[in-house]
Amino acid sequence: MATAGFRPCGDFKSDYASDTRIFDTAASRWWCVGGVLLLCLLPVVSETVFDLKYELSLLIQIGYLGVAALGLNILVGFTGQISIGHAAFFGFGAFASPFLNNNFGIPVFFAIPLAGLMSTAVGMLFGIPAARLKGLYLAIATLAAQFILQDFFGRADWFSGGTHGAPAGPFTIFGFAFDSDASYFYVVLVYVVALYLAAANLMRTRDGRALVAVRDHYLSAEMMGINLTKYRTMSFGISSFYAGIGGALYGHYLGFVSVEGFTILFSIQFLGMIIIGGLGSIMGSLMGTAFMVLLPEVMDGLTGALAGTPVDIALGLKDNLAYLREVAIGVTIILFLVFEPDGLAHRWQQIKAYWKLYPFSY
Amino acid sequence: MGDGITRPSDRILEVEDVSLAFGGVRALTDVGFAVAKGELFAIIGPNGAGKTSMLNCISGRYRPQKGTIRFQGSDVTHLSPNHRATIGIGRTFQNLALFGHMSVLDNIMVGRHHLLRSNVLSGALYWLGGAQKEELAHRREVEEIIDFLEIQHVRKATAGTLSYGLRKRVELARAIALKPELILLDEPMAGMNLEEKEDMARYIVDLNEEWGMTVVMIEHDMGVVMDISHRVMVLDFGRRIAEGLPAEVMAHPQVRRAYLGVADDEEVADEEVAEDGAEAGAGR
Repeated sequence: MATAGFRPCGDFKSDYASDTRIFDTAASRWWCVGGVLLLCLLPVVSETVFDLKYELSLLIQIGYLGVAALGLNILVGFTGQISIGHAAFFGFGAFASPFLNNNFGIPVFFAIPLAGLMSTAVGMLFGIPAARLKGLYLAIATLAAQFILQDFFGRADWFSGGTHGAPAGPFTIFGFAFDSDASYFYVVLVYVVALYLAAANLMRTRDGRALVAVRDHYLSAEMMGINLTKYRTMSFGISSFYAGIGGALYGHYLGFVSVEGFTILFSIQFLGMIIIGGLGSIMGSLMGTAFMVLLPEVMDGLTGALAGTPVDIALGLKDNLAYLREVAIGVTIILFLVFEPDGLAHRWQQIKAYWKLYPFSY
Repeated sequence: MGDGITRPSDRILEVEDVSLAFGGVRALTDVGFAVAKGELFAIIGPNGAGKTSMLNCISGRYRPQKGTIRFQGSDVTHLSPNHRATIGIGRTFQNLALFGHMSVLDNIMVGRHHLLRSNVLSGALYWLGGAQKEELAHRREVEEIIDFLEIQHVRKATAGTLSYGLRKRVELARAIALKPELILLDEPMAGMNLEEKEDMARYIVDLNEEWGMTVVMIEHDMGVVMDISHRVMVLDFGRRIAEGLPAEVMAHPQVRRAYLGVADDEEVADEEVAEDGAEAGAGR
């Protein structure tokens, strides 16, 4: 029955394979596939019909940040650990990929996944304390990772170019360089789709369930044969892998990586993304990232529209209009924590549930 | 040991002189007993007698300071809890310990952890690394457990939203999913109404007789204990005061004293009980 209708009115699955799919109906799967195909058309439209360069750059940003945010969500949302050093791992990936490319001549095509693996190693190293620490103590331990790595970027000239930063070559396949927004968009899209699918798969198999079990009740998880040390450290590894890939995509997009970007503020922003999107939700990671990237744009538009209006004059905002943007981000996070602690993903589920039964209330 | 187990090879679990103390509190003192393969063994005793501590020692949550625990002939005293699960010791908890945000199905699938072979990579590649095939095969077996415990109607429900009786049943299902040789049940019927208790008793007996699992169970409901268990051990203040067939144990004067208390001069009597218990333990 999985083929019928948008949403069947009951559970008509007749085999286990159809009951374990990522998308519970064929309709939702085709919507998703269709969405991705539409996105594929976007650069073409941008090149030919009307200019969408800026929108494309925003989407690319959502893409690479979304990959890294998913990593943090696996760590925080699915495994129940905490990290406030995620930007450092993101930065490590951003430096590692150009480092491999510049020093060893490894093509960017291979350097990006390799950078992910290098970040995994570093993340697991810093994740070792996670096997013993919990809550605030772990937060402080990951804070140490943030500062140690940030300092390392500033000093390790051989790795990151030190204060000068590192040039990052373009992504090339068979001599074709993906050096414009329109072409690089596809690279990011492929990574986003592949890594989000991988995470969705992981979460419906043995090791993903083990991670969630560790989060929900670590004592009984241990009694079920789950090695807590292994899975806590592994969670840091997976999280850093995603961060590293995200960082590498970012590096090759900008073409130049400087040491300033990977601050604790950036780490907190990652946390903001997954809280707004929904802890423990895969699609929520992407929704939250999109929200965090687009919110400043919307606020920019708003403040721009406000400038010079009676409201502006009455409140005497004048030069302070720009700060409204920062305030809005803070206020949004607080509002989400109060009114929708389960994030955008949960809200989306509720909207879907509402339409499933429309026009009846139950 | 006068435990009625004739052949030593029949002993699936042997506990010898286990002592456990938390600072000055002696939770267990020189407790020893053996459980035969295929047996339904009950541990009873008043509150704070050390029953759950005993179970925690067997499942690896606590490490006893003294004594050894042997499972299927090999010493497991120093094995980690997760390792014990893989060699065939499953358990349920007194206060519910389900994975609250997971579905019932996923909760039970977690029990299959040590039987599944997929890893991060093959899991992420799902269709390519054989993970899907494995998942579906185990899903079939898990469905059998779901059938057995009659929880089909809640298999997709979030575990944290279920009623108490159902959660207890899901927890049992999760422990069964481990395919354990020995299953430890910590008060499987606590807080249940009569009907739920009857169901649970039936499941435990079926588990023991049809699935062939050895059961060690802590239970306060004497009616159930007397009806279904093959042998009973009584703990009081961390000491073993009696062990034997249910009827024998019930008639045991120390057990009556432990449960009903004594009419005159309680403190002196308590000390006597402790001493008697030590003698009884040493004598066996």
